[in-house]
Amino acid sequence: MTTRTLRIALLTSTLLAGAAQAQDVTLTIESWRNDDLTIWQDTIIPAFEAQNPGIKVVFAPSAPAEYNAVLNSKLDAGSAGDLITCRPFDASLELYNKGKLADLTPLAAMANFSPVAKSAWQTDDGAATFCVPMASVIHGFIYNADAFAQLGIEVPRTEAEFFAALDKIKADGTYIPMAMGTNDQWEAATMGYNNIGPNYWKGEEGRLALIKGEQKLTDPQWVAPFTQLAKWKDYLGDGFEAQTYPDSQNLFTLGRAAIYPAGSWEISGFNAQAQFKMGAFPPPVAAEGDTCYISDHTDIALGLNAASPNAEQAKVFLEWVGSPEFATLYANALPGFFSLNSTPVEMADPLAQEFVSWRDKCQSTIRSTYQILSRGTPNLENETWNASANVIKGTETPEAAAERLQAGLASWYAPQQ
Amino acid sequence: MSGRRQIRWHIAVFLAPAVLVYTAIMIVPLFGTLNLSLFNQTPERTKEFVGLSNFRTLFGDPRWSGAFWNALGNNAWFFVVHMLVQNPIGILLAALLSSPRLRMAAFYRTAIFIPTILSFVIVGFVWKLILSPIWGIAPGMLDVVGLKSLFAPWLGKEDYALTALALVSVWQFVGIPMMLIYAALLTIPDEVLEAAEMDGITGMSQFWKIKLPLILPSVGIISILTFVGNFNAFDLIYVAQGALAGPDFSTDILGTFLYRTFFGFQLQLGDPHMGATIATAMFGIILIGVCIYLFGIQTRLRRYQF
Repeated sequence: MTTRTLRIALLTSTLLAGAAQAQDVTLTIESWRNDDLTIWQDTIIPAFEAQNPGIKVVFAPSAPAEYNAVLNSKLDAGSAGDLITCRPFDASLELYNKGKLADLTPLAAMANFSPVAKSAWQTDDGAATFCVPMASVIHGFIYNADAFAQLGIEVPRTEAEFFAALDKIKADGTYIPMAMGTNDQWEAATMGYNNIGPNYWKGEEGRLALIKGEQKLTDPQWVAPFTQLAKWKDYLGDGFEAQTYPDSQNLFTLGRAAIYPAGSWEISGFNAQAQFKMGAFPPPVAAEGDTCYISDHTDIALGLNAASPNAEQAKVFLEWVGSPEFATLYANALPGFFSLNSTPVEMADPLAQEFVSWRDKCQSTIRSTYQILSRGTPNLENETWNASANVIKGTETPEAAAERLQAGLASWYAPQQ
Repeated sequence: MSGRRQIRWHIAVFLAPAVLVYTAIMIVPLFGTLNLSLFNQTPERTKEFVGLSNFRTLFGDPRWSGAFWNALGNNAWFFVVHMLVQNPIGILLAALLSSPRLRMAAFYRTAIFIPTILSFVIVGFVWKLILSPIWGIAPGMLDVVGLKSLFAPWLGKEDYALTALALVSVWQFVGIPMMLIYAALLTIPDEVLEAAEMDGITGMSQFWKIKLPLILPSVGIISILTFVGNFNAFDLIYVAQGALAGPDFSTDILGTFLYRTFFGFQLQLGDPHMGATIATAMFGIILIGVCIYLFGIQTRLRRYQF
């Protein structure tokens, strides 16, 4: 009997000693990107762990639509992971103001990012940055290259060429000229208004002037994108009013539509689905030789839970996330999510290369409605969804839509009053 | 001393479980909601008592009241469609089913009732597909009978979307009034019907003159169930059109309006206090409707004892 007790005691002590020796720290990442689970597990985390023995990382995503609510309750209950994937702008700013996210301004890796890249995760005065930028998504148009070749259409660069191409596709009748519907509303705003808009309001210049109150949504440069959208109606498929976002994706990847107003996040999905050659072009400019502007929207970043007991190790991980090495890994594993790192990243995917090449020849901006302007009620972003969908359907004129958005914004935003 | 009655503890003991559970999951949250609507969040993130000012915003501010009256109007139309389509069809089906000459009655009864037990998510998704202008079978079926020109992307048009969704909901729930009326028809004693036949009242006139008056109390109950169900509706609209209840808020009902306000949507952060205010207004509307029925209609319905 005594020998057995002794044996168990010995065994237990060896186990304990083993545990004490390893001293591994496990970091947990909260995220909404459950699509990326395998990429994190197979590519990104092993690369980090190989260089940093003693730190283990677990990627623990939740469903995108539930993420904000789940994260908030976990943070309130003190059960959230060490690292928090940050939504852009107010959702994360709110967490920082509540003291849930730590200030990461002193991080050395922050030097690797431009002010625009960091703007989505900073306080309004830019004094504190609380998340390390990971990726942005770029807007433009993806086209069916086989269809273009078959119909003898050149890739359009100006508005006139764009509509000439659409007319030609329509006249031929084999393809639906453009795959987009207004049922889900957000495509009209995100892939419509905020895709083509920066060319008219001159990117950052117009966006910042709007925030400062120097321009109004009723100014010509803000109404012009709506005027363009109103012309799209004739080129959309039959019954586009009831066409949903997955409908549009399927129409395009099945080869039934020629042009798809896109965000770069579609790339990996389209690569897997489409059986034809694809290309991409940036939003067409008004006249040949005009400066082009693209929406290069800061979308995803990584922050530190202020209550994390492993803050030191988490900062090691965040420094790595800010490094060019991570940027290369991430951008290649997820074509369409472009690194925000100032160091250029080599990407293998041709479609992703095309999108990212626009950064060199065009001016980058972010979606006009995201920073500050969607803080009140009525919410400018949500109103823009509705207005853009109405304009495309023709149930509201561009001027009336702009008028309504301006009135809504002015009702709570002091600089616009 | 012996004349004093004992306290009958068993009544309290037997009532306790139901009262406790109902209080915990219904009454306390209800008063919590009413309470929440009287507060507001200050810029410093603390709760502050504001009395009825949230209601003043909801009914006084042109944006809030516009959205509220739009939702209420849509909700009323949603209810009207149910009352005019669902309940008469339910009664008709029940009358047909209770006919002794109908064969395979059990099959029809089951088939018509099955959609009721389906999830809203399935119903919304299936109907969206059926009516889809791209993949749906509705355009094809209309084409077969030569009525293709009548097809429109109904769920995407402001003028039709709400009615289309109301009819989908009718399709789903027509089994409920059918079953209730069917049960009521079965309780009519044969003697009454035989007596009617002796007096020469048969067929249609028997239904109108004998059966319908006897099932009126059931029709009343169905109406009030429809009313409460419709004004609490949310799921079907949310599944089919999303929280923005498009196109252009034409399918926005009180439930989706409440959801958007309370939980927030996309960049809009949730506002629990205005949300609670809308919930309180909904509670008031349903309360008034039920009271009108209970005191105005139910007390006047004639009941027959057999």
